[in-house]
Amino acid sequence: MDPSRKRAIRLTVALTAALLLASALVYTSFSAGEDVVTASQLLKQARPGESYILGGTVVSRRWDGGTLLFRVRDPKLDESVPVRYTGSVPDPFAVGRGVLVTVQEQGSAFVGQPGSLTTKCPSKYQDANTKAA
Amino acid sequence: MATVGRALLILGLAVAVYGLAASLYGARTGRRAWVDSGRRSMYAIAGLMTFAFLILEVAFLRSDFSYNIVASASSTTTPTAYKAAAVWSTQQGSLLLWVFLLSLWSSLALFLTRRRVREIAPYATAILLGFCSFFTLLTILFANPFSTTANPPAEGAGLDPLLRHTTMMIHPPMVYTGYTMLTIPFAFALGALITGRLNSEWIQVTRRFALAAWLALGIGVLLGARWSYTELGWGGYWAWDPVENAALMPWLLVTAFLHSIMIQEKRGMLKVWNVSLILATGTMAIVGTFLVRSGILSSIHAFVSDPTLNISFVVLIAVMVISSVGLVTYRRVELRSESQLDSLLSREAVFLLQNLVLVALTAVIFWLTFFPLISEAVTGTEQSIGPPAFRPFVVPLALVIVLLSGIGPIIAWRRVTVANLRRSFAFPAAVAFLTLVVLLTLASGVDTHVFALMMFCFGAFTLAAVGQEFWRGVRARRAMTHEAAPIALISLVRRNRRRYGGYTVHAGLAVLLIGVAGSSSFQHSRYATMKPGQSANIGGYNIRYVKATASPSAQKITFGAVLDVTKGGHHVTTLHTTYGLYPSQDASLGVVGRFFNSGSVESRIGLHAGLFRDIWTVVNVGNVAPLQSYITKGDQLFAGAMAAVQKAPAAEQQSRLNSLYVLRDQLIGELTRRFITHPWPVQFLLIVSPLVTWLWLGGIIVAFGGLIALWPIPVLARRRVRSAAYAARLARELA
Repeated sequence: MDPSRKRAIRLTVALTAALLLASALVYTSFSAGEDVVTASQLLKQARPGESYILGGTVVSRRWDGGTLLFRVRDPKLDESVPVRYTGSVPDPFAVGRGVLVTVQEQGSAFVGQPGSLTTKCPSKYQDANTKAA
Repeated sequence: MATVGRALLILGLAVAVYGLAASLYGARTGRRAWVDSGRRSMYAIAGLMTFAFLILEVAFLRSDFSYNIVASASSTTTPTAYKAAAVWSTQQGSLLLWVFLLSLWSSLALFLTRRRVREIAPYATAILLGFCSFFTLLTILFANPFSTTANPPAEGAGLDPLLRHTTMMIHPPMVYTGYTMLTIPFAFALGALITGRLNSEWIQVTRRFALAAWLALGIGVLLGARWSYTELGWGGYWAWDPVENAALMPWLLVTAFLHSIMIQEKRGMLKVWNVSLILATGTMAIVGTFLVRSGILSSIHAFVSDPTLNISFVVLIAVMVISSVGLVTYRRVELRSESQLDSLLSREAVFLLQNLVLVALTAVIFWLTFFPLISEAVTGTEQSIGPPAFRPFVVPLALVIVLLSGIGPIIAWRRVTVANLRRSFAFPAAVAFLTLVVLLTLASGVDTHVFALMMFCFGAFTLAAVGQEFWRGVRARRAMTHEAAPIALISLVRRNRRRYGGYTVHAGLAVLLIGVAGSSSFQHSRYATMKPGQSANIGGYNIRYVKATASPSAQKITFGAVLDVTKGGHHVTTLHTTYGLYPSQDASLGVVGRFFNSGSVESRIGLHAGLFRDIWTVVNVGNVAPLQSYITKGDQLFAGAMAAVQKAPAAEQQSRLNSLYVLRDQLIGELTRRFITHPWPVQFLLIVSPLVTWLWLGGIIVAFGGLIALWPIPVLARRRVRSAAYAARLARELA
């Protein structure tokens, strides 16, 4: 076969494979991605029985028996929501640290799904307060 | 000394800018004196940054809280080794570490190449000095490590407990060594593009730095995984976290580069690919630093990002990308391959396919890492994406990589023949098939995990292929020299370090990925809330909570649990897991409460590691509600007592305070010991995970192989290699 034709075929095959991979990647990521809501969005749109991924900063925490009670604040607005959580609490969880937790509205509070509480790797980012003046 | 430190940074910036200008002027006019002066500027910066870094280290070791970052990341009770490591736990310290390492490695590279690549080197020097200027400017303007306070606190906040781990003392400098070293081949590649000197010379002078960067980054990633497994209390070693991916992406790209440059050296092919790959790798190293230090992907996860830092990094990355794309496009004619791929069944083709898979893997990780930002830009809503989104892409690509790691060493260059196929592939294929039969026959449940099964078989293929190559090499050497087998093996590796180091890396990778496949596919995990005497079953093991432990100290309160592990009634091991509470400096939590409710915690796992199975346990005593009423009462009593002390004559205040502190410590001790005398139910995470040890062993083998390949070859052998390379180039040019 003519070498230039061979090269063209190889290039077409490679580009098709790349296109297929890219399409699958875009489709999978958009279908697998879940919306992250802030405290203020949650207060506006939450419906009982529906699950939401709440993202924000922990502003207070305390234990009530075996239940962890904490408030998650909207990083941009001065609004926060209370969360009742039973389950594994990651070591980095603390006031001032950012978290993600899957919650459902139940009465006046939001109940966290056990095992859904995650925090950011503590070795990398710093709170603004610790930055140099 | 803080003033001296800041002056050193400013002086460093001035020297970097001067050196950059001198190098460019020397390159344009051909005046060697200016070029030499530019290079010496880098040596001067290395000296200045070493001095600046030492000043900061001494401040940490002396607990000099007049430095803001010492007060925020260290304390008098922090162990000495961790005080030294606390420097790079801060934003400011880590950026200074970046400049320090960059100037150090750049100086070494420029010194070693001072009589080679004379046309390229001045531009490379200017680019490296450009990086130095950028990072020094960041430390001066936005993240000054030498900022001080007029009223230093009596005690610092202390190092984050989670960072008090041996691996965390080594992991960040290793990752930064990798990142900074990757800028060296980047700079030389850009220099080659600017000057049009596009033969393999720039590759030969920087290959060792690319390899050293690969090794350092790989060790850094492995140590980070180990830290995650033993410290973070969730039982995993990889979470596809943006900062983990930040180190993995350049590592994957430099892996591809180290393979594809062999094709350019041997066949004069893939010039565009190689130069593009190393430019992408260098850029990805800066993207990695950006991800780790800016917090741009933190908005959904947590911490406050620094917009000034973000803009600076985006500008730098944009300049790198635009100049790379522009120069590669400008030089596209000179970058044409000198020869063509003869066959798809050849080592070149396998290397190329392996390169494509590695780049595809990097592209997948890049897309999914930045997906929260992409989704927000496209849909207006930020989306979260977790590890399950990575698996459908990463697992098949990892399988192909392992298989190609086995095929690469045994397939012939240029074109494969049927005889070569039979001779080289029969044994590894038979071993892979045998592995499949044995696993399907003996291991129950393995047939339901197709990808894991494939990984075991492909891993076996690769190990057999590498073993076969070693065996054939030793046999040939023994036939020539009549040496004993061990001596022949050592001689073989010594004389072909790059080749056999590479084979060792392939074997290590196979072992590592077998460990990953086994531990992620066949893991048993459960939570159990228990009181002493109770037990839980997991993965065929019975784990009994034997007794609670507790110990208060000046540094932290430690609660713990002793666990007895049995299988079929037989004792397997006894594990001790602890949960440490570090006191807070926040007085509003109360005199006693700040010891129990600080939220600053550190888990120590109870681990029984074995070649085939790990038993991993951790206790969580974050809930101190059963002590809360005593803590609250204690806080009230001590608050009253403290107020009374304030009213006492000044001369008596200190002695009364000391008495109060003694009482406080007694109370804390009593409350802590209640965990033993009146234990309350606590939560355990129990994991039984197979083949985790293979992951660490594989990582060690990979690092060992990398060291073999990196180790300098003897002078005579080096001359032989250069002559062979020259002969090959001459033959190619004559042809």
